[in-house]
Amino acid sequence: MSNWNEYLKQQGHAPDWPYPVRYDSEQEIDADVLVIGGGIAGCWAAISAAREGLNVVLAEKGDTIRSGAGGPGCDHWCNAPANPLSNVDPDEWAEHMADRPYCNGIGLQIQCREDWDTLLEMEQMGGKIRDTKDEYKGAIGRDAKSKLMISPRYTRVHSYVPGMIKPVTFKSNPENKLNNMVIRVWGSTFKPALKKECKRLGVKIFDRVMMTGLLTEKGVQGAKVVGATGFNNRTGEFMIFKSKATILAAAGGGSMWLLSTELGGYSNMMSRTSTGDGTVMAWKAGAELTKMESTGMIGIATGLKHKWYTGAGDASYENVPLVDANGKRLPLPIQGWEDAGAMVPGAEVEKEIREGIKSGKYALPFYGDFPAMADVERRATWKLMLGEESTTKVIIDTFNKAGYDESRDLLQSYKYIEGGSLPQWRDAGYGGGIVVDWNLKTTLDGLYAAGTQMFSPEDHSYCAATGRYAGRKAAQYARQAKASKISREQVEGEKTRLYAPVKRNSGMDWKELHAGIARAMQYYVSEYKTENLLKMGLGALQKIEAESIPLLYAMDPHKLMRSLEDSSLLTYAQIIVQASLVRKASSMPLSFQRIDYPALDPPEWNHFLTIKLVEGKVKTGKLPLTFWGNMKKQYEAYNKDYAGVYKKK
Amino acid sequence: MAKEKVIAVPNLTTPSNPVTFNEDICNGCNHCVEVCQIDVYIPNPEKGKPPMILHPDECWYCGCCVNDCPRPGAIKFNWALQHRGYWKNKATGKVHQI
Repeated sequence: MSNWNEYLKQQGHAPDWPYPVRYDSEQEIDADVLVIGGGIAGCWAAISAAREGLNVVLAEKGDTIRSGAGGPGCDHWCNAPANPLSNVDPDEWAEHMADRPYCNGIGLQIQCREDWDTLLEMEQMGGKIRDTKDEYKGAIGRDAKSKLMISPRYTRVHSYVPGMIKPVTFKSNPENKLNNMVIRVWGSTFKPALKKECKRLGVKIFDRVMMTGLLTEKGVQGAKVVGATGFNNRTGEFMIFKSKATILAAAGGGSMWLLSTELGGYSNMMSRTSTGDGTVMAWKAGAELTKMESTGMIGIATGLKHKWYTGAGDASYENVPLVDANGKRLPLPIQGWEDAGAMVPGAEVEKEIREGIKSGKYALPFYGDFPAMADVERRATWKLMLGEESTTKVIIDTFNKAGYDESRDLLQSYKYIEGGSLPQWRDAGYGGGIVVDWNLKTTLDGLYAAGTQMFSPEDHSYCAATGRYAGRKAAQYARQAKASKISREQVEGEKTRLYAPVKRNSGMDWKELHAGIARAMQYYVSEYKTENLLKMGLGALQKIEAESIPLLYAMDPHKLMRSLEDSSLLTYAQIIVQASLVRKASSMPLSFQRIDYPALDPPEWNHFLTIKLVEGKVKTGKLPLTFWGNMKKQYEAYNKDYAGVYKKK
Repeated sequence: MAKEKVIAVPNLTTPSNPVTFNEDICNGCNHCVEVCQIDVYIPNPEKGKPPMILHPDECWYCGCCVNDCPRPGAIKFNWALQHRGYWKNKATGKVHQI
């Protein structure tokens, strides 16, 4: 029986914890480069550093083989202007992408210059990036010679919403050919290949290790980072890592405003493991963060993030015409060649549809009309895109096994029948993060960041390219850095904090504490922001910190991990509030609205707000919107040594 | 009706069974336990038996356990009742559900 409760009934007792429990056991590990987080960015960082011949250690909370948002798969390698089919110069595309306030120009430039090289290396490692089996011959966007499959996405401009960005004629594409910017890939093959490559290069992988704190020189906040602490989330064993350089690649923070395991997957778009651990570790060590006041609304799908498939506006639903219950074609964009990959309806179309539903013009529910597609296009969307995109393979397999035939059956969409997200249910996931420079170095010596860990993250290929870059830069630093001593006092402090929940005999469980955090955020840090509400929110979170964290009770190392994740979420939430209090203006690009400061993006507020701890106190600052300078010049100045495949066109 | 012993247990979580195992095919290799990024499983105390789902409410539904299982048919996704999708036959109009 695979049920815990069946076992209990039959055996008369719960099973023993299946792993040896080793609380208070210590392990010390030395590294030249320590990578925290074994997702896409982390794996690439480890590989990149290991190629330099250094001693690289990778610590991952899950198992590197399938961990992170990119673990299950990936359908699109976005923004690859250096690919041989691209019609836009990489620097020009990077500038186009950076024409959005509060983006990360450094990461974008790296992505645009290096992600094609990165994809070729992915192929060398065993990742599948072309239609080598000729399964999709005849599909639009398939290049016969290279067998690369171009996606309709961004074929005109970098946008999902028709009309949002004015048509652009790129200097490098004066005839306005299709950009050919995004490649359809078999991303389910990537993660296992990345892990294999890590091992081949001698990277020491510590799976099931949750990292909990950075170690600084003499234990001083703001000093050089010299290592980190963590624990094995199956055995509870304490781990002390000493490193010359450390790369944070632990993604962002999720599920701060909503916890509901009944709503199938109780987070937002991200996996439950994205709890802001890396951001909070950096914060406590004294590193500078930015854009923490920016939050979005959770996209509630039927049970959140592909727990079921909404279709119509979901990432992989390319070229599928959308029809109503009577077969009438809807004016919704179909992410197709015909609408240059647009995914989201503009405000007018959205209005027309809603009014049409109420007037009877359009009958619910809506459907994806797979049968209307040409066979090869249908297969490319169903089998390739949906088959490879992260968590959707199991969905299409379930449908097919249950009798769904995409050549015969309409796939139901849940848009407009499942309702939208409440404005109180927000998402910090793709906004704030760690500030970096052109070495992807944080404001702390010895500490680097990559992927979603940085402010304003992008997609899978962005994580891969920036991870690869950070690994190279951290390795360069580590090569000339001296090994530093760690502070035993700092280690002991962290150890005490870490084990507290398992040293108790009763108390509050992590789910309740998480729900308490979510409630405080829903009330005080959501749609309506005012000075008073934000201060009440901060007070509520500080109260949880003072009164409820000391009650956290964990019965085993796994629940200890969840309890410590709560701690990360709580600190992350407080940083969001602190940053929100500082920005005394509303902002459209930041999705930030203050009732007491309603002016939208007044010029005197058009800059990044930075935030960090100095001697335990919150200190804020500013950075210009393009603090990275001229993207092309700076990239070239910092990367004279880069000998990648990319060559200037 | 024989008197069956009734034990006192709390409510099951929702969902409680995100996957089901076919014990005739699954040999307890525990590959699914290793690929789960959330660590919802524990190996069965009895060697060779399918793993147990200890934290089903944490399941992210990524499908990696099912996708990566080396024995076809050993493990199957069991979508919770509130998550079963629909489709419609285009020609006949008949509606189906998972």
